[in-house]
Amino acid sequence: MSESLLNALVQGVLLGGYYAIVAAGLSLMFGVVRFINLAHGDLLVLGAMLALIAVEALGWPVWLAVATVIPLMAALGWALQRLMFERALAAGPLLPILVTLGLGATLQNGMFGLFGSNTRSLGAHIGDLSWSGWSLPGGLRVGTLPVLTFTLAIAVLGLMHLMLRRTPLGRAIRATAQDPGAAELSGVDARRVHRAAAAIAFALAALGGVLLAMRAQVTPFAGPPQLIFAFEAVVIGGIGSLWGTLIGGIVLGLAQTLGGTISAQVSLLAGHLVLLAVLGWRVLRDEAAARGGWIALMRVKGPSHD
Amino acid sequence: MTLLSVETLTARHGLLTALRDVSLSVEAGEVLCLIGANGAGKSTLLRCIAGAHHAATGTVRLHGRDMTALSAFARVRTGIALAPEGRRLFPDMTLRENLMLAAENGRRGDWTLTRVLDAFDALKPLLDQPAGGFSGGQRQAAAIGRALMANPDLLLLDEVSLGLSPAAVEGVYASLAQVRGGGKMGMIVVEQDLTRALSFADRVICLSEGEAVLEGRPADLTRAAITRAYFGLSQGEVTHV
Repeated sequence: MSESLLNALVQGVLLGGYYAIVAAGLSLMFGVVRFINLAHGDLLVLGAMLALIAVEALGWPVWLAVATVIPLMAALGWALQRLMFERALAAGPLLPILVTLGLGATLQNGMFGLFGSNTRSLGAHIGDLSWSGWSLPGGLRVGTLPVLTFTLAIAVLGLMHLMLRRTPLGRAIRATAQDPGAAELSGVDARRVHRAAAAIAFALAALGGVLLAMRAQVTPFAGPPQLIFAFEAVVIGGIGSLWGTLIGGIVLGLAQTLGGTISAQVSLLAGHLVLLAVLGWRVLRDEAAARGGWIALMRVKGPSHD
Repeated sequence: MTLLSVETLTARHGLLTALRDVSLSVEAGEVLCLIGANGAGKSTLLRCIAGAHHAATGTVRLHGRDMTALSAFARVRTGIALAPEGRRLFPDMTLRENLMLAAENGRRGDWTLTRVLDAFDALKPLLDQPAGGFSGGQRQAAAIGRALMANPDLLLLDEVSLGLSPAAVEGVYASLAQVRGGGKMGMIVVEQDLTRALSFADRVICLSEGEAVLEGRPADLTRAAITRAYFGLSQGEVTHV
């Protein structure tokens, strides 16, 4: 019992790395561009599908497919930001939601039309990476791929952290996120910064897609659940915080694997429940702060009628 | 050649006409102070020159080149920098990052980190602190320093002394005196404090209800004339003050 619990804990943390990669792109788009991209999950699947075509139809090695698809998706992000998202943003807060909802539906059905609804996976093409692992003391077994994914997540978030702190582009991104008008007055072309952020977000979605296709099956309609997981990781970890995204991803991953020890159905439910619990706690915390502390909150009674 | 020339500029905020046919020019090395009551259109005029507000009609020329169609960031790169109303520093970034941002995205020139820190002594110990915690005077100094880091030919300063303690105002103007000592750069300064404006400016323009109603060198203007212009009174209403 405790052995499977320990296993679930480790797997949950490692799974969190994958969620962090997917969530980081969503968070970047929201934090910098103020744009909620509901097609993020479908773009992730698009990245996976493109890699699958390169490997299965063109016979490319996996590393070459990944190395091509990620910059390709980044270019797509730049182009979509320039041609579509910018215009949607200019037309008010509702339009980005409708536009990306439509983009997501188009992607899903487009991929369905082109590739059919068969499940596909890169698992068969990555050799022993998909099943190899290490046996640790205490009956613990960790797979190479989950460890690689988690390491990659740390590396990606670390690189993004360095980029945001140390490079001119990073400073321009942070300035634009805080006050686009003031950034323009310092000579920053906010629209270019937004395009760069979209390119990074799409690249991260593609990386997430490839990782998903390596460890699981992908269908054209696999995007929306990934979007929801990413949203949950972002909200749990705090919007706009890079390392919070990792924490959020880990919390979500833990909830899912721990829920999974009860039953397969509880796995997803547990993730959603944790999200609700976090949101509920935040509301109560703010309420308590406004009233002068938790004790004061407990004392509050409804309006009396005497 | 004239550094800046603004011709018949009209600007609106929705239905409100904030500026009506305003024309002015600034020579290289000249300091122009804009005075006028609240809502006279001073900040709108600066924002139109900087490209942060779109003028309805009229043109803005820098070195004779038409800037009217350029957006704010492009104007920074051709040599106009605005320290905006409310300072608008990036609160989560350090002072160094605030300054570096303008240096990286503006123009190259004489204004480096060292020179800005020499002009604004008070900023030296704050270099690696987040700008969000600065006092009013520190924020103003940082905002002016950030504008200078873009190496403008024309520096626009909005509401220099608004909200600052007398000591902070003194400090900022001592630094500004050093900045104008540089020579070639033209400045337009919005200043509520009339005495301060008259002592600092080479030339003064008074705006009233969106129109330039008075222009002249401080030495040539009487207090009475300025008061009339300031409050939008016609010549007949006040003859002797």
